[in-house]
Amino acid sequence: MTTTATEYRLCELMICAAAESFAGNGEVLATGIGVIPRLAASLAMKTCNTDLMMTDSEAWMLSEPNPVSGRNLNEGQKQESWMGFSRIFNNVWGGKRHALVGPSQIDQFGQTNISALGGTYRQPKVQMLGVRGFPGNSISHANSFYVPAHSKRVFVEGECDVVCSIGYNAERLPRGYSFDDIDIRRVVTDLCVMDWCGPNHQLRLVSLHPGITVQQVTDNTGFEVHAGNELTTTAAPTVEQLAIITALDPAGIRHKQLSDNPMGDRR
Amino acid sequence: MNKIVSAEQAIAQISDGMTVGIGGWGPRRKPMALIREILRSDLKDLTIVAYGGADVGMLCAAGKVKKVIFAFVSLDFIPLEPYFREARQNASIEVMEVDEGMLLLGLRAAAWKIPFIPTSVGLGTDVIKNNSDLAVISSPYDEKDWVAMPALKLDVALVHVDKADSRGVCQIKGPDLYMDDWFARAAAVTIASSEDIVESDYFSSSDEARYVHWERSETTAVVHLPCGAHPTSCAPLYGFDVTHFKTYNASVKEGGFGPYCDTYIAGKDEQEYQQAVGGLDKIKSIPLPIY
Repeated sequence: MTTTATEYRLCELMICAAAESFAGNGEVLATGIGVIPRLAASLAMKTCNTDLMMTDSEAWMLSEPNPVSGRNLNEGQKQESWMGFSRIFNNVWGGKRHALVGPSQIDQFGQTNISALGGTYRQPKVQMLGVRGFPGNSISHANSFYVPAHSKRVFVEGECDVVCSIGYNAERLPRGYSFDDIDIRRVVTDLCVMDWCGPNHQLRLVSLHPGITVQQVTDNTGFEVHAGNELTTTAAPTVEQLAIITALDPAGIRHKQLSDNPMGDRR
Repeated sequence: MNKIVSAEQAIAQISDGMTVGIGGWGPRRKPMALIREILRSDLKDLTIVAYGGADVGMLCAAGKVKKVIFAFVSLDFIPLEPYFREARQNASIEVMEVDEGMLLLGLRAAAWKIPFIPTSVGLGTDVIKNNSDLAVISSPYDEKDWVAMPALKLDVALVHVDKADSRGVCQIKGPDLYMDDWFARAAAVTIASSEDIVESDYFSSSDEARYVHWERSETTAVVHLPCGAHPTSCAPLYGFDVTHFKTYNASVKEGGFGPYCDTYIAGKDEQEYQQAVGGLDKIKSIPLPIY
């Protein structure tokens, strides 16, 4: 029996919504980069998909997710195998992975950017991280996106400044490939949940967080978002989910991830 | 065969214009004492291949670099490397920006003496659009595009290890060896700095030999440099120096690399560097990060 929570924070709503991305995935490595994505993957492993695999963000596979806070070094860590960085690529290229990542830019094709902003390849206006593992992730396995502040700066018009990951873009589709070879799943933002299941893989609104309007989403997205009739309200966390999240984050660092730590229900 | 040399002798094997691979990952187990030795030298026009951190940033800031082959350059808890960022935004370096896995494939191709390794990684992205020397090819076995990741042949590889003997048997006991074995194999000359120098018998006890990840024939020179990874980590011996990295990161806006280098590196030997950052005991007491 589950009980819906009456009071919860937006970060917790987003964790629960993002955890749903891993339901039905089976035995795949869930990689959540950042506090909220990692809590989402960890919650999923404790609830909707207990077959998920996870690492300690360093060199070991775990049978139980580590808490993201309040933990001493190696305290209670449930290691099940070695998983150094070079071995990660054996998993990535084999496809049994689902990454939940926070790109700086996302475009209408589901292409993303974490490399640089503006300028040219030789001289970017703002150097960021570099493409990291995004190209390989995007062509090898499922990916979902986490966006802490839904805006036109993230959901850009046209194409990303540096296209780090392959998307549903016919002009860039390699020879011998179809859109079926690309697997972009959910987008969880501070306003809504979306996926890429609109007409011809258009970004589609799936659910609005309590108190958010379609207008707010479209006003803050630099390209068209498909809003069909099936639109729902993002499900509030259950009391059970909140208890698991609290156990995974006893020091409450999730509350420092979104500015002003808003309440989950903004009605 | 005795491969033990001083840092100065080791770095003398590098010439202007060479391609130098650097082991480690971001702020983790970088051969920083060897990097400092390069900073004290007249070397220039180097092509650097690395999973980059402050190693890449410092070499760029000191004008040692012509080109960087990279997937990221980051200090992790400080996401953006200050001097790499400056070098990129000033267009003072050339780059080949590829995926992390492509870098691994390039090192493997060099190690195996093959010209390239086919991969799907990079397809559909700006990695293939931006790098005109990265070929997309047909396969004799299917009708699909493949990226031909070229061999990244290294003139020299620099790595930092826990223990080594005089013949070049190197041990890394940290939980991750990163791609250090591939850097060693991809290079004509591999220089390993080591926390400790041990007798060869050390490796025959218990399971010590399980932590030796490449053959001694891949190691050209061994340099005894305790805490030689500082300010990066050398798990499980010491963590990365958060305070020092913050000072380094702030220096970009407080006079630049020159004053930082003068304070800690220029005209100082490694013992003097260690004193300037608080001493060996202090470095060894830096806690490991918890993720």
